[in-house]
Amino acid sequence: MKNYVGRPTPLYFAKRLTESLGGAKIYLKREDLAHTGAHKINNALGQALLAKRMGKKRLIAETGAGQHGVATATGAALCGLECEIYMGSDDIARQSLNVFKMKLLGAEVAEVSVGSRTLKDAINEAMRDWTTNVATTHYVLGTVFGPHPFPTIVRDFQSVIGKEAKKQILDQEGRLPDYLIACIGGGSNAMGLFHQFIKDKDVNMIGVEAGGRGIVPGEHAARFAGGSVGILQGTKSFLLQDDDGNILGTHSVSAGLDYAAVGPEHSFLRDSGRVAYTYATDEEALSAFERLSRTEGIIPALESSHALAEAVKLAPGLSKDKVIIVNLSGRGDKDVQHVARIKGIEL
Amino acid sequence: MSRIEKKFREVLGRKGKAFIPYIMAGDPNLERTRELVGILEECGADVIELGVPFSDPLADGPTIQKAAQRALGEGVTLGKVIGFVGSLRKTTQIPIVLMTYYNLIFRFGEERFVREASAAGVDGIIVPDLPPDEAGSLLSFSKKTGFDVIFLVAPTSTGERIKKVARASRGFIYYVSITGITGSKLSVNASIGSHIAKIRQTSRKPVAVGFGIATPEEASEIAKIADGVIVGSAIVKRVEDADEKLKQYLISLRKAIG
Repeated sequence: MKNYVGRPTPLYFAKRLTESLGGAKIYLKREDLAHTGAHKINNALGQALLAKRMGKKRLIAETGAGQHGVATATGAALCGLECEIYMGSDDIARQSLNVFKMKLLGAEVAEVSVGSRTLKDAINEAMRDWTTNVATTHYVLGTVFGPHPFPTIVRDFQSVIGKEAKKQILDQEGRLPDYLIACIGGGSNAMGLFHQFIKDKDVNMIGVEAGGRGIVPGEHAARFAGGSVGILQGTKSFLLQDDDGNILGTHSVSAGLDYAAVGPEHSFLRDSGRVAYTYATDEEALSAFERLSRTEGIIPALESSHALAEAVKLAPGLSKDKVIIVNLSGRGDKDVQHVARIKGIEL
Repeated sequence: MSRIEKKFREVLGRKGKAFIPYIMAGDPNLERTRELVGILEECGADVIELGVPFSDPLADGPTIQKAAQRALGEGVTLGKVIGFVGSLRKTTQIPIVLMTYYNLIFRFGEERFVREASAAGVDGIIVPDLPPDEAGSLLSFSKKTGFDVIFLVAPTSTGERIKKVARASRGFIYYVSITGITGSKLSVNASIGSHIAKIRQTSRKPVAVGFGIATPEEASEIAKIADGVIVGSAIVKRVEDADEKLKQYLISLRKAIG
């Protein structure tokens, strides 16, 4: 992990961002600096090793933004396994860079053009493949979702984020943080950061979902703000669904958050009141994306920009001795073309 | 005894095997489904499996996925299908089982589902994403009304799992012929027979086999080792194509199954 992934990733005090907001101190957990550019590698390598140990020859995975696909393709290359990545055709269009990366790493990318043509349908197709090829294949599910024991496997592989962050903040501040903030698609980077702090009752935790264009059916992916309990892909959790139980379409500017369900442990943490869940809109996330780029020289992933958007809202109202850790779950290189398109700029 | 159990007893009593065709309710619309139920019965179906469309049918291949999309486009819901079966009961008493995914039943309410479906004349339900371990409440509601909940055994099921499924399943036990999804290519081989033998060691309930059975030859091979043969995607595809030879195909399946 140290020499290949680059762990521990730094916990960086974002001085200029903090000063520009005039409130609480903001630290960034720099998962964007991990190999392949996001926290996804922590889980992908762990599961690739599991697969090798189980004697499987082939890895499959779903991907939304492409980060988990790239991470799994990397794990497959490192372990000498075959690899096939399922990706919705809409996501292929908005994340073409990652598609090419996966191919460079030796993976096949299977286009999923059914249903909403995004992450949910990629998971369906990966599960169908897995049912068919279970004898030779391991399904590297990329988030804290799916049938047991995936939510716990993925959480445990990602919990390295929180373990490191806890040690680092104690080294730098001599105390625990007041707030942890992370974005939530399926919820793996958030579970990874939160897990180690669950028993530290003075640490507030905030999960940020994708508010898209607003909380109107089909225009967002905020399961707690606009969803209800249901069963999808082997898990009971909060879902965006219609009255009959069919799954609704979703929208988010970030492919990695564009998903109709959320990891079941997040539903538990929400019901128990331990974690607060909120959302950031596309516009707020894009604004945070630009703000971090300009104040700190760090281009964040659009997913992570949702967490940053919440920090931008929260920090000014807190005193200067308060401490916030934002999980900067991925870097924004993959999103640059997409953002240029949104701004009407031709590259 | 449920209508499904009676049917199996009657068919097996005359040394026959049950023919269980599957169609998607509301593909392309419920009026056509009504006609198709009539055709299936006329062509010798013993039990009809009626799919209820769900947006994310994990166990289904492309043919049935597309059928579900068409039916959803027609506005077909679980509630409408229950009402539809109720209206069919004026003209037919053939056993009808629904096949759908758990979220639809969960949203509808398990108790309400069993009550309304039984009252309408639905005989049972197959839920591929509901293992018996998670089916306690659905089973307890069903037992009271004699509604059959049918569970699936897969080629990867262990001896212990087979025992559990066989014990929980009512009406019949559904053996999935392949590791895979509906409409996949079937290879009829000795392992199907040995799995069915394993099921029979633990249970005397009828065993029907489905997934990937498309030709009369395959149906005939399966009928030699199972109590019932389920054909889905191959029929749904012919419905999609408005195949004029649908009846001939169904009759050839019926003859092959015996």
